Amino acid sequence: MSILEISNLSLSFGGVKALQDVSFRVPENTVTTIIGPNGAGKTSLFNCISGFYKPQQGTIRYQGQPLPGSIKPPKRAALGLARTFQNIALFRGMTVLDNIKLGAHVHMKSGLLSALAYFGPARREEMEVRKEVEERIIDFLEIDHIRRQPVASLSYGLQKRVELARALAMQPKVLMLDEPVAGMNREEKEDMARFILDIREEWGVTVLMVEHDMGMVMDISDHIAVLNFGQVITEGLPADVQNNPEVIKAYLGNSDIDSLRKKLNAEGEAA
Amino acid sequence: MRIGDAKQSYEADEAIWTSQTQKLWLGFFLLILLVFPFVVDSYLLYLGCLVGIAVISTTGLNILTGFTGLISLGQAGFMGVGAYTVAWLSINTALPFPVTLVLAGLMAAAVGILVGLPSLRVKGLYLAIATLAASVFLHFIFAEWESVTGGMGGLSLEPAHLFGLTFQSDFSMYFIIVPLAVLMVLAARNVFRTRIGRAFIAIRDRDISAEILGINLLRYKLMSFALSSFYAGVAGGLFAYFYRVVTPESFPLSMSIFYLAAVIVGGMGNLLGGILGAAFMTLVPEALKLLTAALTPFYPNAPVFMSPMLEIIFGALIVGFLIFEPHGLAEIWHRIRRFFRLWPFKN
Repeated sequence: MSILEISNLSLSFGGVKALQDVSFRVPENTVTTIIGPNGAGKTSLFNCISGFYKPQQGTIRYQGQPLPGSIKPPKRAALGLARTFQNIALFRGMTVLDNIKLGAHVHMKSGLLSALAYFGPARREEMEVRKEVEERIIDFLEIDHIRRQPVASLSYGLQKRVELARALAMQPKVLMLDEPVAGMNREEKEDMARFILDIREEWGVTVLMVEHDMGMVMDISDHIAVLNFGQVITEGLPADVQNNPEVIKAYLGNSDIDSLRKKLNAEGEAA
Repeated sequence: MRIGDAKQSYEADEAIWTSQTQKLWLGFFLLILLVFPFVVDSYLLYLGCLVGIAVISTTGLNILTGFTGLISLGQAGFMGVGAYTVAWLSINTALPFPVTLVLAGLMAAAVGILVGLPSLRVKGLYLAIATLAASVFLHFIFAEWESVTGGMGGLSLEPAHLFGLTFQSDFSMYFIIVPLAVLMVLAARNVFRTRIGRAFIAIRDRDISAEILGINLLRYKLMSFALSSFYAGVAGGLFAYFYRVVTPESFPLSMSIFYLAAVIVGGMGNLLGGILGAAFMTLVPEALKLLTAALTPFYPNAPVFMSPMLEIIFGALIVGFLIFEPHGLAEIWHRIRRFFRLWPFKN
């Protein structure tokens, strides 16, 4: 059963074809990864799914229902599509706790008048969210020591983790992660990989991610789609994708490794 | 000296005032506010009322500009809407002041929502220009719609009344203005403990990620405009009751800039900053006048020399603040608090 189904999606900006006839599916309760060289259209695809770009052609089906362009980003968030950004998009002026609480915004209801009085439902709701955030998310991601700190003062790795926490507070069904471990050191990467696997297993959330770190992608993905120049080259299990000649070509260019090595050796001898 | 604190519930941790010491100081401050009108002369009482009105309006603008990141030059216009509403109601109806003030706020909020509509499309300085246009437009209405606003001559109104009591003197007005100011600042503080306040700050910090979290930008920007103008409307209504005459010239553009300066000098996005900024902007020109008076016995020429200098000194003070304390007066206050938290040990 696929929770997300992308079919024949095309998106262009003027003459630039960012996505051409892209089709693939995200099976439910898996870690699905989109890989591909820079500029292949991975982030554009994310932006189509979360509603920032309107594709000219094709459909996106979420839980069997089509997601037309008339469903705007806030509505998609409420439907359970959460995401993080490649360049961290936290609210820098706020504390970690407030950032995470913002994730729960769509599931809260209190209005302006009860907020002004901070009485009754508004107060109860705030306390419930605080409890939920503290006991389920902050505890799970091991960020209790920084909850009071402003986000701007944190290291890059921790900021990525806070962004993940905020996305989890949205109680998503599909969690889209745009390069979750880019720029992290080995230890931080291992932590993040562990969190992603736990999110799938313990929370039952489907993870869709874009990532360049092949070691991690091959280790934790259940399903991989490869994008190049706006087109899907192949999709399947990590082992299949790894050995696909088209994929090797996309990453290394036209020449195969042996002829490349020969060429280099020849040049070395000539010099 | 406080070493640390342990909270036993989330409720206790989310409270505004978390320690006994804070509550003690707060009680002390409220006591001063209560005793103030009984011990000071009429001039200080008058200043106290002005600061109270300025605090309400500055808090309102702080919600919009400081917390939601929408620059507005329409604050004086919104205050005018509130003031004219109160003036018209007090002349044409017998409603008591709590009702007229709420209506003034609601009227200003409605106008604020209209003015805020372009904010979905335009940001920053462009929005400032759009609100500037709105304030010019409002000024035009105040001056020209003679059947309602009395034209350039303005409106004179009766003192505020409630249950047969009339509030004519500055002394009695103080007991309307200051409790209302305390209440409204507290209400603003409450908003920023809930999802609505967080949504405002989210829009200021990064509107795209606010949208992805399910925050409807137009809805919350308009809500911020409405709330901010409500505060301005109430402040304008108090202004009308305080001076008991409202003319188009009561709310010039320079007043909008005055409030914007109060927010910036106090500290954007900090409610305490709004209070300090309002007090600073109201009191410093008066203090400079007092200084001139004090110098006169020693330098007979002081008034001649000083009066053109006042505005320059005032402007220089503001520029100085922006350079040396970009986070405003609130930051100075926080630094003092940090110092005394570990005092007498070095920190």
